[in-house]
Amino acid sequence: METIWFWLVACMLVAYVIFDGFDFGAGIVHFLVARTDAERCVVFSTIGPVWDGNEVWLLAAGGTLYFAFPALYASSFSGFYLPLMMVLWLLILRGVSIEFRNHVESPVWHPLWDAGFAIASALLAIFFGAALGNVVRGVPLDASGEFFLPLWTDWTPGQSPGILDWYTVLAGVTVLAVLALHGALWVALKTAGEVETRARRVAGRVWWGVLVLMNLLTVASFRVQPRLQASFVARPWGWVFPFVAIAALLTAAVMNYRLRERAAFLASSLFLAAMLVSVAFGLYPCVLPSNGDPELSLTIANASAAPYGLRVGLVWFIPGMLLTAAYFVYAYRSFAGKVGVEERP
Amino acid sequence: MDALTIHRLHFAFTVTFHYLFPQLTMGLALLILILKTMALRTGNPHYASAARFWAKIFAINFAMGVVTGIPMEFQFGTNWSRFAKSAGGVIGQTLAMEGVFSFFLESSFLGAFLYGEKRLGPKAHWFTALLVFLGSWLSGFFIVATDAWMQHPTGYAIGAHGEMVLTSFWSLLLNPWLGWQYIHTMAGSVVTAGVAMAAVGAFYLLTGSHQEHGRTFVRLGVIAGILATVLMLFPSGDGQGRNIAWHQPVTLAAMEGLFTTEQGAPLAILGQPDMDRRRLDNPLVVPRALSFLTYQSWKAEVKGLDSFPPQNWPDSVPLVYYSYHIMVGLGTIFLAVLAIAAFRLWRGALYRSRPLLWLLMMMLPFPYIANTAGWITAEVGRQPWLIYGVMRTPAGVSAQVSSGNALFTLIGFLGIYTILSILFLFLVYREIEEGPERAAAV
Repeated sequence: METIWFWLVACMLVAYVIFDGFDFGAGIVHFLVARTDAERCVVFSTIGPVWDGNEVWLLAAGGTLYFAFPALYASSFSGFYLPLMMVLWLLILRGVSIEFRNHVESPVWHPLWDAGFAIASALLAIFFGAALGNVVRGVPLDASGEFFLPLWTDWTPGQSPGILDWYTVLAGVTVLAVLALHGALWVALKTAGEVETRARRVAGRVWWGVLVLMNLLTVASFRVQPRLQASFVARPWGWVFPFVAIAALLTAAVMNYRLRERAAFLASSLFLAAMLVSVAFGLYPCVLPSNGDPELSLTIANASAAPYGLRVGLVWFIPGMLLTAAYFVYAYRSFAGKVGVEERP
Repeated sequence: MDALTIHRLHFAFTVTFHYLFPQLTMGLALLILILKTMALRTGNPHYASAARFWAKIFAINFAMGVVTGIPMEFQFGTNWSRFAKSAGGVIGQTLAMEGVFSFFLESSFLGAFLYGEKRLGPKAHWFTALLVFLGSWLSGFFIVATDAWMQHPTGYAIGAHGEMVLTSFWSLLLNPWLGWQYIHTMAGSVVTAGVAMAAVGAFYLLTGSHQEHGRTFVRLGVIAGILATVLMLFPSGDGQGRNIAWHQPVTLAAMEGLFTTEQGAPLAILGQPDMDRRRLDNPLVVPRALSFLTYQSWKAEVKGLDSFPPQNWPDSVPLVYYSYHIMVGLGTIFLAVLAIAAFRLWRGALYRSRPLLWLLMMMLPFPYIANTAGWITAEVGRQPWLIYGVMRTPAGVSAQVSSGNALFTLIGFLGIYTILSILFLFLVYREIEEGPERAAAV
């Protein structure tokens, strides 16, 4: 039962990264793909009607994580107190930038929110990457399953790490590049003309960065967290996930080069999913490793809610997710096709 | 300041600010649905443009509600991790269900509702308004269910490691505390939306602009407002009062400022609780009325604060007393003003009655104050318990988050929310000034 919920929460996080990932990516490449005010309006209209629904995946995944693994939620949210609060502030900045930008027609109003959107999106990508890095590296859990991390200490992932060290910063920068690629492919898919051409070019360049950073991060991850290697050795069939990720990344570049936007974007989505599943597979059954005594790690066994609650949850969760899938199919169908310059949200 | 106080202020400030927005959007979702229904039934484009105008106000408020709402879900873990860990097995259910059932519904169809009127046609567009309404009211249900469980925990057991374990899903969702509290909360939201609509309508009529829309707004706002106000008083307010008298008698004593147990207890209308002398200063009371309202008998005994050990009193009796009295006092004034307005409306004289229009316009901020005061009564009244009778507030806080770190983020939120407030007022004022006629269908 705990295993089912581990993978359900992982799937929700994957959905969050794929859906909200392209919103973030659009923000990161905003100034690179759009030069004029009209073009920037177009970038906004590629995410306008869907970004809020995409962000709900974060809330729903957070809520489901809390429901299934209350001890993990309590420990990690209080332990990562400062960076999480900054994430909240950045989410506020990003949300109001998207929602309030088109309310006023003025030469000072639009650039203000363009900048807010781009800066908040880029910083959030780095923060989320660093968060993932922290989870992989492990944190100094005590016997009650609690910890508190300062923002930085000596910048090394040793016994008394900070939120930021060279490994988590590398993870942050990698995620920034990965989401920039994902967002550029989305913008290319949803736009036409100049913006599309530029988005394609940006994607082509960022792709090389992703390739290099991904390799570095993978090597570093196996060094920082020996648990990963142990998992893949114990269950070698898991190698299929990283191989799918590599194939998807290569496919994204080829499809982008061949001007097949939809296939390129789907390949990039598959790449994100396969990478995250690889990480989850590598950590399982651990949900938050301890960087010291491995006995102190939070696992699906010691962090989960009681069996009755988990069983009841499955009864409402499955129909709930089917409904959600139906809403998303509806929302994206009614938003299909490219957005034109004259259309504004 | 100690860490506990800062964590409490942190939650109190962020949740109070957050609830300024959903309390309008939930009620407004209903009123917009009514406008859309009238548009569909009469085929009159006037109602469609009225709905479109309020949809714009709704969108700004909804965005504010979303960005200030995400910190609420995070704070259970960040600032109240011991509580989150102990109670997660129970309230994780309602919080996760809110995300799965209402947020996806709301957010998926709000886009279609705001940007799809032309493309969808009148019937499908009406349907998106219905779904947005359902989503927001479901969201309210799951949040009130969570709070109701903290006020009156049911359907749980204590597990092996001291954590709370859900034992009955249905007693969580059919908590006897939940029904009245939900109706009371949602009616309060309709009062806010009704008064806001009537106030904007009155502003248009008084300034001589957008006359036709002004009349529609005043009419719908006053009718919805009076119905919801009556519902708040009876039966939902009465039902809530009985729940408190039965399950939290010490909270009732604090709300009413009743220091000593009495048969035929008086109802305090005015007065200031004097905690040193344990009495109400400058009291203005209705003799025996509290006994009658609580137990339907003029002679019934009502327990005062002296019947309970002081460590079980709410830690700020005056705050509970004042917020309760502000809520009830304002509710009574709303009832009077809206009843007169509804009567004049029925006689066909409201639109010409300038003093009454002035009153309606000036009423705008007060439902916000009344709703906030009501929540302060409930949440401070629950103290010193975080989960009533089970977990005291100091036991729930994140022990490892120091007061300095908590103060840093509290100051951050104070600054950010100040800027957000200015932006919000600026944008809403622009929409009101622009008026309903210029809003074309998109």
